[in-house]
Amino acid sequence: MSETANPRKIYDHLYQEACAKADLKQNKAKVMVGTATCGVAAGARQIKSDFVREIEASGLSEAVDVIEVGCMGHCYAEPMAIIDKPGHPPVCYGKLDEGLVHRLVEDFLAGDDPSYEYAMAALERNDIFPTFEDFPRGVYEHKLILEQCGFIDARDIDSYIVREGYKALAEALDNQPESVLEEVKAANLRGRGGAGFPAGLKWEACIKQKSDEIYIICNADEGDPGAFMDRSILESDPHLVIEGMILCAYATGARNGYLYIRAEYPLAVTHVQEAINQAREKNLLGKSILGTSFDFDLEIFQGSGAFVCGEATALVNSMEGKMGMPESRPPRLAEKGYRGKPTVLNNVKTFAYVPLIVRRGADWFKGIGTPDSPGTAVFSLVGKVVNTGLVEVPMGTTLRQLVYDVGDGLPDGKAFKAVQIGGPSGGCLPESALDVPIDFDSLQDAGAIMGSGGLVVMSEDDCMVSVARYFLEFTQHESCGKCTFCRLGTKHMLDILTDITRGKGDENTLKLLEELAEDVRDGSLCNLGRTAPNPVLTTLKYFRDEYKAHIEEGRCPALVCRDLILYYIEPPKCSKLCNVCVGSCPTEAIFTRDDGLKEIDQEKCVKCDNCLKACPPEYNAIVKLSPPVLPQEKARKAK
Amino acid sequence: MQLLEGEREEILACVGEILKDTAPKRENLIPVLQKVQARLGYLPALAMEKIAEGIHVAAADVYGLATFYNQFRLNPPGKHQVKVCMGTACYMVGGGITLESFERRMNIKEGETSPDRLYSLERVACVGCCTMAPVVVVNDNVEGKVTPTRVDGIMLTFEDQNDESSHKKGQDQLKQEEDQQ
Repeated sequence: MSETANPRKIYDHLYQEACAKADLKQNKAKVMVGTATCGVAAGARQIKSDFVREIEASGLSEAVDVIEVGCMGHCYAEPMAIIDKPGHPPVCYGKLDEGLVHRLVEDFLAGDDPSYEYAMAALERNDIFPTFEDFPRGVYEHKLILEQCGFIDARDIDSYIVREGYKALAEALDNQPESVLEEVKAANLRGRGGAGFPAGLKWEACIKQKSDEIYIICNADEGDPGAFMDRSILESDPHLVIEGMILCAYATGARNGYLYIRAEYPLAVTHVQEAINQAREKNLLGKSILGTSFDFDLEIFQGSGAFVCGEATALVNSMEGKMGMPESRPPRLAEKGYRGKPTVLNNVKTFAYVPLIVRRGADWFKGIGTPDSPGTAVFSLVGKVVNTGLVEVPMGTTLRQLVYDVGDGLPDGKAFKAVQIGGPSGGCLPESALDVPIDFDSLQDAGAIMGSGGLVVMSEDDCMVSVARYFLEFTQHESCGKCTFCRLGTKHMLDILTDITRGKGDENTLKLLEELAEDVRDGSLCNLGRTAPNPVLTTLKYFRDEYKAHIEEGRCPALVCRDLILYYIEPPKCSKLCNVCVGSCPTEAIFTRDDGLKEIDQEKCVKCDNCLKACPPEYNAIVKLSPPVLPQEKARKAK
Repeated sequence: MQLLEGEREEILACVGEILKDTAPKRENLIPVLQKVQARLGYLPALAMEKIAEGIHVAAADVYGLATFYNQFRLNPPGKHQVKVCMGTACYMVGGGITLESFERRMNIKEGETSPDRLYSLERVACVGCCTMAPVVVVNDNVEGKVTPTRVDGIMLTFEDQNDESSHKKGQDQLKQEEDQQ
């Protein structure tokens, strides 16, 4: 393919340019503020302007650059910034506010004291301060595709090239297309969208069609509520995904590619569009890439928000301007996809691994993770866990290590109850399943799936019936309506679950629920329907007692289901002199009795939990009762 | 929802302009709907009819798409837009309670716009800020840890702003009358 010019030589030129640009700034201090969506939500934009203002006020504008970077994955500490000052290791600071910014500028940037008492970790080994690798989280974490997220300027292609970005492409272009395919196949890279189908085989199936036109689509329609790694990668390191797509195109002979990105991710759309434009300028996209005869270009298609469009055939329908309904397979997309042509469709993460595999080799990749699932897994760790955020661990790490070592356990000394993996298609696993290693096959055996990588930790305060109902409500709402079992079965299951959360049901209810769940699983065309019953089936399997408590005793053990609880002020504990609960009630349900004690008017109470949070800890007088019977009524009944 | 004065003309102009640069292919239908919504804030029935004519598809197909995808809204956004996140993490710490509080205070249900077009309320699936749950997006600003008390605070801010603008309007009117005299 490379008969016309030497792509390595052209790349070297680009690389030298990028290095020269970086060298110019070598003597400058850098303040890198994390401004991905999560950071912005925590106030990163304000922090950035605080830095700029303070730096100007100290007359340091010439000596310090303030730049925006993506997300480092330490969501619990947002807003964050890294300060990289020559002569010191780069240091990361979390939970920033205006006062701390002032202090850092004054002491560290103007002075020479890194204020370690406020630092989270250093980013390079040194003799003074620990790095992230020295924490339990760092021991287990092994960052491959998240490696550069949060450290490079996503809006500047040179900051990607200077870290040897696009080098894999230059090397691949110097070889035959088959070598890329062979490398990806040898690495046994399994699709990170959830199902784990080997990417190399998918590509090969496309090539075998010998079609004049092949399309490549990157699935960034991340619809799982509670998973945001695709967004984070596209916002923080878009060129990694783009390079992966170009390599795939070179291997398969495609000339056009699309990134299907949710419209709910405006920042990701902006960053990717900028990245595409910059890559075109450098001739890394477009006609005769790096001087060779290979042409390829990318476009963004904005998805309009339908969970079912994560399903390959539905996604293609949606790109063709139809409703996103799945089709029966075969024919698979590799045979007949977008515009009826063979199509490669892979997840954001799958494409992101490709440049690394091409650059470092299949053997390197297979050295990480387990033999059947090589590489790493990316999870968004949320819920009742101390260190929330994005984590990347080698396949084969156990759930226990992930929750207790990487996530640092549950906050406030609460007891662990379950972990929900894989979003609405996944399942809830109890304490006893925590030693399951994370890989595609083990998780499936345990009843959950790898899915999109959402991992929600639940504590004793979470009701499993309510959680199952939540996920089913989601899939029921997102069902496209094509298959009867998915359309009506999930609705019927939802009705039953809603009844259970209200304490209604009899001995047959759970049996009926199980039967329905199996029917929905067997009677649906696509994975949305086939996996929709998973949250219900796994909670029924592991937490049947909770279901029974709801039905038989009208009691919610976790005190969550609002029809089965009431709020009560314990008279001996209530201080007559405090009025906090009265003020906190949004419906004026709390009143002062003649004897000075407070009481809740149960008719007016909407069970919003406000008073319970507001009651000062020294009194702690407000409690939740389930079943919802006031003590005086209970006493009367007992008589 | 009733169209306001001059809205009909605005809709026609906007749709005409967007269709002018678009090839009448079914593939372009979703991008066109997205562009129209970006301009008008929602998809009025009139706009959908005109788009159907422009792209040569049945109006029912356009309506089908608009109702199939979550992104499209059929009623106008309020002056104050509130989106309550109902992702897993938010749900677990009481996103539903927050949503109910807004419904109660705004006197509308989720997915609706108040008749005076001051408020609109939506539920969204995960804005990706799970660590600050429950999360609410108020006029594009993300607010974390929103309890019912905070809902009251947000609503008070809205009411303050409404008062200010009506106060300003009143003053403008007064000034105009004075000028006339």
